[in-house]
Amino acid sequence: MKKSVILGVATIAGLAAGAAVAGTVDDVKARGKLNCGVTTGLVGFAAPDANGEWQGFDVSVCRAVAAAVLGDANAVEFVPTTGKTRFTALASGEIDMLARNTTWTFSRDVDLKFEFTGVNYYDGQGFMVPKALGVSSAKELDGATVCIQTGTTTELNLADFFRSNNISYEPVPIETNAEAQQQYLAGACDVYTTDASGLAATRATFENPGDHVLLPEIISKEPLGPLVRHGDHEWGDVVRWTLNALIAAEELGVTSANIEEMSAGTDNPEVNRLLGSEGTLGEMLGLDATWAQRAIKSGGNYGEIFAKNIGEETPIGLARGLNAQWTDGGLLYAPPFR
Amino acid sequence: MTTLTDPPKEHFRLSMLLYDTRYRSATIQVIALIGFMLLAAWIISNTIQNLEALGKPVEFGFFAEPASYDINQRLLEYTSRDSHLRAAFIGLLNTLVVAVLGCITATVVGVLVGVLRLSNNWLVARIMTVYVEMFRNVPVLLWIVLAMAILIESLPAPRAFRGEDATASMNLFDSVAVTNRGVYIPEFLFSRSLGDIHLFGTSSIRFDISLDLIAVLIVLGGSIFAMRKVSAWAAAKQEATGDRPTIWYINLGILIVPMLILLTILGFHLGYPELKGFNFSGGTHMRNSLIALWLALSLYTAAFIAEIVRAGILAISKGQTEAASALGLRPGRTMRLVILPQALRVIIPPMISNYLNLTKNSSLAIAVGYMDITGTLGGITMNQTGRELECVLLLMLVYLTISLSISAVMNWYNNRVKLVER
Amino acid sequence: MSDVSFVRTEMLPEQAPPASEVGAIGWIKHNLFSSWFNSILTLVSLYAIYYVLSGILPWIFQSVWNADSLNQCREIMLENWGSTHGHACWAVINDRWLQLLFGFYPSHLYWRPILALILLLVALAPVLYSDRVPTKMLIFSAIYPFLMVWLMWGGTIWGPVSAALGFVVGWGAYTLLSKQLSELIGLIGAAVAAVIWWLVISGYFTGAMDSILPIGIEAVESRQFGGFMLAILLGVVAIGVSLPIGIVLALGRQSDLLIVKYMCVGFIEFIRGVPLITLLFVASLLLNLFLPPGTNFDIILRVMIMMTLFSAAYMAEVIRGGLAALPRGQYEGADSLGLNYWQAQRLIIMPQALKISIPGIVSTFIGIFKDTTLVSIIGLFDVIGLASAIRADTAWNGIYWELFAFIAALFFVVCFSMSRYSMYLERKLQTGHR
Repeated sequence: MKKSVILGVATIAGLAAGAAVAGTVDDVKARGKLNCGVTTGLVGFAAPDANGEWQGFDVSVCRAVAAAVLGDANAVEFVPTTGKTRFTALASGEIDMLARNTTWTFSRDVDLKFEFTGVNYYDGQGFMVPKALGVSSAKELDGATVCIQTGTTTELNLADFFRSNNISYEPVPIETNAEAQQQYLAGACDVYTTDASGLAATRATFENPGDHVLLPEIISKEPLGPLVRHGDHEWGDVVRWTLNALIAAEELGVTSANIEEMSAGTDNPEVNRLLGSEGTLGEMLGLDATWAQRAIKSGGNYGEIFAKNIGEETPIGLARGLNAQWTDGGLLYAPPFR
Repeated sequence: MTTLTDPPKEHFRLSMLLYDTRYRSATIQVIALIGFMLLAAWIISNTIQNLEALGKPVEFGFFAEPASYDINQRLLEYTSRDSHLRAAFIGLLNTLVVAVLGCITATVVGVLVGVLRLSNNWLVARIMTVYVEMFRNVPVLLWIVLAMAILIESLPAPRAFRGEDATASMNLFDSVAVTNRGVYIPEFLFSRSLGDIHLFGTSSIRFDISLDLIAVLIVLGGSIFAMRKVSAWAAAKQEATGDRPTIWYINLGILIVPMLILLTILGFHLGYPELKGFNFSGGTHMRNSLIALWLALSLYTAAFIAEIVRAGILAISKGQTEAASALGLRPGRTMRLVILPQALRVIIPPMISNYLNLTKNSSLAIAVGYMDITGTLGGITMNQTGRELECVLLLMLVYLTISLSISAVMNWYNNRVKLVER
Repeated sequence: MSDVSFVRTEMLPEQAPPASEVGAIGWIKHNLFSSWFNSILTLVSLYAIYYVLSGILPWIFQSVWNADSLNQCREIMLENWGSTHGHACWAVINDRWLQLLFGFYPSHLYWRPILALILLLVALAPVLYSDRVPTKMLIFSAIYPFLMVWLMWGGTIWGPVSAALGFVVGWGAYTLLSKQLSELIGLIGAAVAAVIWWLVISGYFTGAMDSILPIGIEAVESRQFGGFMLAILLGVVAIGVSLPIGIVLALGRQSDLLIVKYMCVGFIEFIRGVPLITLLFVASLLLNLFLPPGTNFDIILRVMIMMTLFSAAYMAEVIRGGLAALPRGQYEGADSLGLNYWQAQRLIIMPQALKISIPGIVSTFIGIFKDTTLVSIIGLFDVIGLASAIRADTAWNGIYWELFAFIAALFFVVCFSMSRYSMYLERKLQTGHR
C-alpha cells in the first residue's frame, strides 16, 4: 500500500510540475497584466486614491514596466503586501515584481534568492524629535523612548546603533506609519525613527511641521529598489533597464513633454538608441523598439516622477539629495545604453 | 455479541466488506485512513518540492542565531545578541502575562456586570446592557486599536510632568505615574537580598528565580498552614463546648508578624518611579501596549462572561433561594452553599471557551506593538529570517499547547465542581 | 336617634395612591433611589453618562462634512470654532464611504454586490422565517450559492452552471449506484463522479457552452474586492461552505468508527486551539507551498479556504450541540422504523438538530464576521486595511477617530441586528419545544 501511495503522489506532482515553468516576460504578455507588489499604503510612495487608482513613486515604476512590456501603463494589478507577505508573494509567483521600498541587503539577495534590479531611491534611517526636547544628536538619546515601524530593517539598525554607542533606549514597535505618527505626536515616544524619506513625508503632514527636527545622523544605508525572483534573467533585465531608462532619460534631457519630438531622431546617438530610432536595444530585451519611449511617457522621466510624487513641490517636499543625477552630485548613475 | 449460539461459520467473501456490518465499518475506516494518508503525503511531497525550488530546506538552525532586535517588555534578561529562540521564549512569557491578567480581570468585570445587569436599579441595568451590546458587536481588533488610541491621546506625556509649570502630577503620594507611555508603579526591592538561583545555565530558556520571593512564599505558606490549624482547633472547641473562641486576632497576628520580620531582615523597601532624562525611571513600568491589550481583551471578553453569568443566575429557580431561607440560612450562606454551586455548573463550561478565546485573541497584540509570541516568533523573527514554514508551524504548536493545557485544567476543575447526577 | 349606626354600610371610594408611589415619581423612587446604595449608583451612573456624552456629542455634531483634505478640514474648524480639537472631520467618510463599503469593486457594477446581498436575504428567508415563507423557496436557496458566485465574480454563466452540474452528476451517480449496489458504494461513486466532473470535464463543458451560447457579465477579479463587502462576503462564504463540512465533522465526531472519530476530533481541536491569525498566516505564506509547484491562486480565495476550515470546526461543535440536544427517543424511533444510518440522519435527525442549532449558527456567523477584520493584518483591504490605506493618502494623513468610529458603527449595526434575530429565534424555538 505504501508503494502505491508514493507512486500516486509522484504522478500527480509530476503532472502539475510540467505545467508551470515559463519565462515571466511571456507570462506577463500572455496575461496582458503586470502583477506588481506595493505597500498597503505609504504616503507619497504608494496609496490608492478615492477612485481606487494607485498613485505614488513606487507605483510609477510598476506603471513604467507595464508600459514597456505591455504598451499600457494601466495594465497593472497592484497587489498590496505587508512587510511579512511581500517576499512570499514574490517567491510564490503571485506577483511578477515587487516595488515596495524594499532595502537591498545581502541576505535578501543571496539567501532569500531575489534579484534587486537597481535602486530607485537612496534612503537611510534617520531620527525625528520634537524641537522642544533640545536634542541635537542621536548620541544624546540615552534612555529615550523610540517609535519604530516593525517588519523592516529599521529595528535591526536601531538595535545595532544603540548597542554600538553603548546607550540604552526603549523601543516601541508599531505596525503602520499612521499609528507611529499618532503616538509620536501625542508624546508617547520621544523619537520616531524610520527611513529619512518617510520621516520627512510624515513631518510634512503635521499641523506644525516646524516644531520637529530631523537629527543629522543617518544610521544606515537603505538603497530601496524593485526586485524580482532569482533566476529569471530576461525578466530581471526588463525591470532593470526600464528603471535605467527612466534615470537615463533625465540625464539625457528626455522628458514627457519633448519625447514625441525626440523620438523622431536627434543628434545624440544615445538618445536615439534609448528611444529606439537607432539600434536594436528593444529587440535584445525581447521587446519592441519603442519600449523605453512608452516607459518614459507613462509618467515622465525619473526626475518628473520624483517631482510629481515626493518632490519639493508636493506636500511631502523631499529634496533630491542623494537621489540627484551623478552629474549633479547624486548617486543616480544609469549605465550607458549601448 | 452476546449470542448464545455461535453464528454459522461462513467463508469470507470480498463482498462482505461492503454488505456485512461487521466488516463494513472496518472498510470505511481503512478507506478514510488511506485517503487521509494520501492527502498528507501529497501535501508533504508538494511542500518538499516547493521548498527545494525556493532553496529553503526545512531546518531550525536559525533559531540559534542572534535575534538582533530588542524587545521592550522582557520578564527575563534579554539583549539583542540573544538567540531567536530566546526571543520567542520572551514573547511566550509576554503572551502568558497578558492572557492571565486578562482572564482574571475579565472574570471579575464579567461577574460584576452580569450581576449588575440584573440589578433593580433601572439606570445601572440599562448602562450594563449598553456596555455588553457595544463590546459584543464590534470586532475585538477595533477595540484593541481604540483602547491604545484612547490611552495615548488622553493621558499626559512624561514631559508634562517636568518643570515648574507641570501640567500633570503623580498620583497616590507621588508613587504612581500615569503617562501615555504606560503606568509606573513602585517596585519591591530588598537591600539585603538573598540573590537568585540560575536555572538552565546559558540555554535559551534559562531563567532566574529570586530567593527572596521563595522565602516570602514559604513564610506565607507556613502562616496559612498555622492559621488553618488554629481554625481547626477553634472548631474542635466549638464542637466540644459549644463556644467558639474568638480567633481572628490570633490569625491576623500569625499572618502579619512573621512576614514583617522576614521583610525587615531582607531590608524591604519600595522603589518609586522618578522623572529622569526622557522618561520615568525606577519602579515597574507597565507599558501602554500591555495596558491597552489587557483592557480591550478583558472588557471584550467580560461582555461575553457577563451574559454567561446572567444566564447562570437566571437558570437557578427562585425556589432554591426560598428553600434555603426556609432552612434558616443567611443570604451570604445561601449564595455560597446553594446558588453558586448550582450556577457554576452552568457557568463554567462556556467560561472555559471564553478563556481560550481571550488567550487566542491575545495574538492580536501586533496591532498595538505588544511583543507577544506572535510579535517575536511570528513577526520579527519570521521577517528577518524568511523561514515562514518553521516559524508558523512552531507558533501554531505553541498556541495549541497553551489551549490544550487551559482546557485540560479547566475541565479538571469543571469535573470537580460538577454535581453528581443520578 | 336609636337607628343611628356608627358602622359604615357602603364602601368608601378608593383613594388614589400617594403621589410618591405612582407615575414618574413613583417609578423613579422604585427604580433609581430605592436605597442609599442604589441612589449612589444612580448618581454615579448619571455623571458617567454626562461625562461621556458631553465629550462625544459635540465631536459628532459640531463637525465638518465637506472638505477635500484634512488640512482643509482643520482650516474650516479654526474658522468656525477657533480650535481643531473636539470636532470630527466627517469629510473623509463623505469622500471615501463608497470605497470603504465596496473596496475597489468597479463603481458601475455596484449593483451586483447589492443585488447579491438582497438575494441572500431572499434565499435565507425560508430558513430563517420558516413559518411565513413557502417551503418551495428552498429551491432558490439551493440555486443561490451559484448565483452569488456569478454575480460577484462575473464572467460566463457557464462556470457556475457547470459547478452546479457537478452536484447533479454526483447525485445521479449516487441514485444509480445505491440502487444497483450499496449505499456506501453509491456515496463513494457520487464523490468520485463529481470530482471527475469538476476536475476533468467541467473545463471543456464551460468552454464549449461558452462558444455555443456566450452569456456572461463583466468579470471582476477577486483582488478588487474590499471594504465592508469583503467582510460580508468572507463571512457568508465561510459559513455557507462550512455548514456541510461541519455536519460531516459533527457526525464523524459522534461516530463509532474509531479512526474516523479521531481524525475529526483531531481536526476540530487543532483548529479551535490555534488563533485565526496563524491560520491567516498559513493562507498568506504557506498555502502555496502545500499545493503542487506552480499552482497559484489569489490571496482572497486562499483566505476564504482557511476561514472556511476555521468556521467548519466551530460549526461542527454547534451542530454537535444540536445533535446532543435531541432526545434519544428520536434515534431509537428511527432505528425501530428500520431506517439505516444515512436515512435516519437525513429524514429524522438532521432536520431537527439543524433547527435547534440555528441560533448557534447565527452567533458563529457573528463571530466569524467580526473576525474577518483580521485579514487587514495580512495586507488585505477590508475596512480596517482600507482605513490604513486612506490614511496613507497625502490628503487624509493624520486622520484617526472618524474612520474607526464609522467602521465600529457599521459592524455594530450589522452584528447587533443579527444577535437580536438570534435571540428572537431562541425564544421561538424554546416555546416550540416545551
